[in-house]
Amino acid sequence: MAFVQQSSPHAHNARPTSKVMLWVMLAALPGLLVQTLFFGWGNLINVVWCIAIAMASEAGILKLRGKPVTFILKDNTAAVTGLLLGLSLPQFVPFWVSAVAVVSAIVIAKQLYGGLGSNPFNPAMVGYALVLISFPVAMTTNWAEPALLWNSAPGFGNTLAAIASGQQTAVDGWTMATPLDEYKHKIATHTAAEVLVHPTFGNGFAKGWEWVNAAFLLGGLVLIGLRIITWHIPVAVLGALITMSLAFGSNADQYAPLSLHLLAGGTMLGAFFIATDPVSAATSHQGKLIYGAGIGVLIYLIRSWGNYPDAVAFSVLLMNFAAPFIDHYTPPRTYGHHKARRGLPGRGRS
Amino acid sequence: MSQLWDFSGGIHPAEHKQISTGRPIQASGIPRQLMLPLQQHIGEPAEPIVKVGDRVLKGQKIADISHGMGVPVHAPTSGIIEGIGDYPVPHPSGMTDACIVLTPDGQDEWCKLYPISDYRKLDRNQVLEIIQSGGISGMGGAGFPTNIKLKPPRDRKIDTLILNGAECEPYITADDMTMRERADDVVAGLKVMAWVLRPERCVIGIEDNKPEAATALLEACQGTNIEITVIPTKYPSGGEKQLIEILTGKEVPSGGIPADIGVMCQNIGTAIAVGQVVFQGTPLISRTVTVTGDAVQNPGNFDVLLGTPVDYLLEQAGVQPDQINRLVLGGPMMGYTLTTTAVPVIKTSNCIIAATADELPEPPPEQACIRCGQCAEVCPMELLPQQLFWHAKATEFEKAEHLNLFDCIECGACSYVCPSSIPLVQYYRYAKGEIRVQRAEQLKADRARERFEARQERLDREQQEKDLRRKERANAAAQAQAKKKAEAQSASANGEAMNERAARSALVEQALARKKASTEAAKAQSGALAETAQEKPDIGTLEKQLAQTQAKLESMQTMLEEAKAQQADNVEKLERAVSKNYDRVKRAESALADARKTLATAPQSTE
Repeated sequence: MAFVQQSSPHAHNARPTSKVMLWVMLAALPGLLVQTLFFGWGNLINVVWCIAIAMASEAGILKLRGKPVTFILKDNTAAVTGLLLGLSLPQFVPFWVSAVAVVSAIVIAKQLYGGLGSNPFNPAMVGYALVLISFPVAMTTNWAEPALLWNSAPGFGNTLAAIASGQQTAVDGWTMATPLDEYKHKIATHTAAEVLVHPTFGNGFAKGWEWVNAAFLLGGLVLIGLRIITWHIPVAVLGALITMSLAFGSNADQYAPLSLHLLAGGTMLGAFFIATDPVSAATSHQGKLIYGAGIGVLIYLIRSWGNYPDAVAFSVLLMNFAAPFIDHYTPPRTYGHHKARRGLPGRGRS
Repeated sequence: MSQLWDFSGGIHPAEHKQISTGRPIQASGIPRQLMLPLQQHIGEPAEPIVKVGDRVLKGQKIADISHGMGVPVHAPTSGIIEGIGDYPVPHPSGMTDACIVLTPDGQDEWCKLYPISDYRKLDRNQVLEIIQSGGISGMGGAGFPTNIKLKPPRDRKIDTLILNGAECEPYITADDMTMRERADDVVAGLKVMAWVLRPERCVIGIEDNKPEAATALLEACQGTNIEITVIPTKYPSGGEKQLIEILTGKEVPSGGIPADIGVMCQNIGTAIAVGQVVFQGTPLISRTVTVTGDAVQNPGNFDVLLGTPVDYLLEQAGVQPDQINRLVLGGPMMGYTLTTTAVPVIKTSNCIIAATADELPEPPPEQACIRCGQCAEVCPMELLPQQLFWHAKATEFEKAEHLNLFDCIECGACSYVCPSSIPLVQYYRYAKGEIRVQRAEQLKADRARERFEARQERLDREQQEKDLRRKERANAAAQAQAKKKAEAQSASANGEAMNERAARSALVEQALARKKASTEAAKAQSGALAETAQEKPDIGTLEKQLAQTQAKLESMQTMLEEAKAQQADNVEKLERAVSKNYDRVKRAESALADARKTLATAPQSTE
């Protein structure tokens, strides 16, 4: 009899990575649904297109690297990167801009750094930041006007045609500045009341955006409930953003109000789906809190005093830089030790 | 109910315990042959004290410890010693080790036993000796000699004695069934240990998935102050450090032992064994083993003689050999796979799982770590398994050690939950092994260096001593000489002065002799010249010389008069030159006069 020789433990009950990624995608579906309801077909088309490009470029680069293509593709991580980009890009962004974002995310930010688990930066955000800097017009003028899908939104065919045309600027009547953009640029010369009459704010809020953010918040809570992510990073991101807004932005005639910070822009998507990418984030509980708080503070700083109306991508990337450093200084205290061993070996031993 | 604490992390694996709790513990009977490893405990292996061919009785000591830490081995039944040699033993490596092979004679004849009626009348050390000679080592897994554990280092007072009835590993029910069926024996053994240690608190911790055991023990403990504490079921609550934290809220210091914080844990089976050796005088010759898994038809718990081969035991449980895919000794979380069913049951064997392929399937292929942190969430030691893995894989052992690799208890919770199916524990074992090897080599290198330095130092010292001696010798010689000199000086100061004068006069005489010789030679030469001059006097030459010197004198006199007229600086010089030339003229005149005289007188004689 030849028995199986295996090292302990012999029992396993893991939720495989592929399933984890599948759950992340499922949890993002409410957000995608609400985006589609309030802003038309653009996001849905982008998501499908980005996932397709992501899978194709992942397959291509894996083949070049001599890795098992189907085995790795099945982990669904490329699909998640595509999904996140599709959710964050403007609705009418030209197809080739999203393709550039996805290909650079998968090929450069992920696979050239060694593939899944070895990338220091969040791939989706690398792609996003790249196209935001490279194609600012396409990335700022293509946000859809909030229009209910069943009411006045451009039809599926028209949207697809607009995206496929490759034009940097879409049909004028379909697009509108985002609430954060509008507020940022108008508040310097107007009062809050004057700014808020713009249709992008709806009833003094961020029209459509508030529901999108609520949906992503819901999806994020599902992820926490499923123990796919821990609460630390989202809570720290939102907590820091709220704290910064209350401390510096209480005057609505000068800075965007807290409600806009939380419910307009990519706040919830960023806090629950993007900042929580474990590969590029800090890893201990304490580390996650610092990492998340850093992202929250940076989002506020860039939105309020920087050049960009939204700042999730840059904030996440900047904190990705800091994650290894944070990790060195935030290990947990191990059982039986008086305190945690911070820093590098040879220094500060407890 | 006393206060409970929680340990961080932990998992809730499927228990599979009901498989083996359906029927009471059965005696597995006497197999055809028993294989008794000489080392079933931590420490020195026992040495055989029987010869091949000897007949031994049940309970007779057949191997003993002559030096070092360890416990003896006893014959589990009467029979003939068939052989002493290397046979497969339970070990993850599948290695062989020294065993005594006993062929039972079926009579199961006991040797003489010496039960103790009242152990309280004995000295505590005597009781410890009884426990040692009963061959008792910890039956929970590590196999540490119980008598040594029961005597912690002198300054360590045990406040809390814990009996570990958690049995948190899935499948295993040996302790559970023992507690249910032999609660009184468990308590009796615990009382002996408590009497030895005199703790303030004595507590039995049981997971809440064993209500029958808890009830039985509660009954057995009535009238005592032993606490029965039911704890929440969570793996690995039965880990010594975790159980201590649950029951006392204290943590065993890293690198220390529970006695450092006044706590001691003992195993249920060990308590039974201690009770037996004290009250019945029977040494440790059998233990309860759970035989379970889908590949056996009659799973359950067996009272098994030590040395019973696993295949015999599996037969007792109705094994379907072709169904076994994986044979695990111990639990599914921390047990190890066996390569053969020929290995015997030993003092630490608590469970045999004959698992089918469906039951414990092969894990899927390893994927990349995405640092999801599930492992850190479940780690009961609050480590960062994802970072340890990263450093172990990169062979950055220093960093792994810095993140407290050696605090890992290898419970397997991290691997259990890993979504990328990474055999994390295996990586940690590898890293620990490498670090141990490095340390051993470092130690060796350090010792070699110390030896080399010591030798170098010794050589240097010897050289210095040599030099010193040489110098001393030189000094001594110089001093002796100086002394001699001084003695000579003081003895004959006058004598020496005379000597000196004599030496000087000798030198002078030599010089005079040399001078005399040279003047004589010069005389001879000048005599010869004079003869030549006498033979051929050159009047013409002499006249010419005279004329020349006279001319020179005249020109010099003119120059002198001119200089005198001009008041020149060289007047004195010129005057000296004139007088010189005047002498020359005189000498030339006299030489000419001499030559004319000789010419006038000598020609006759020479012709």
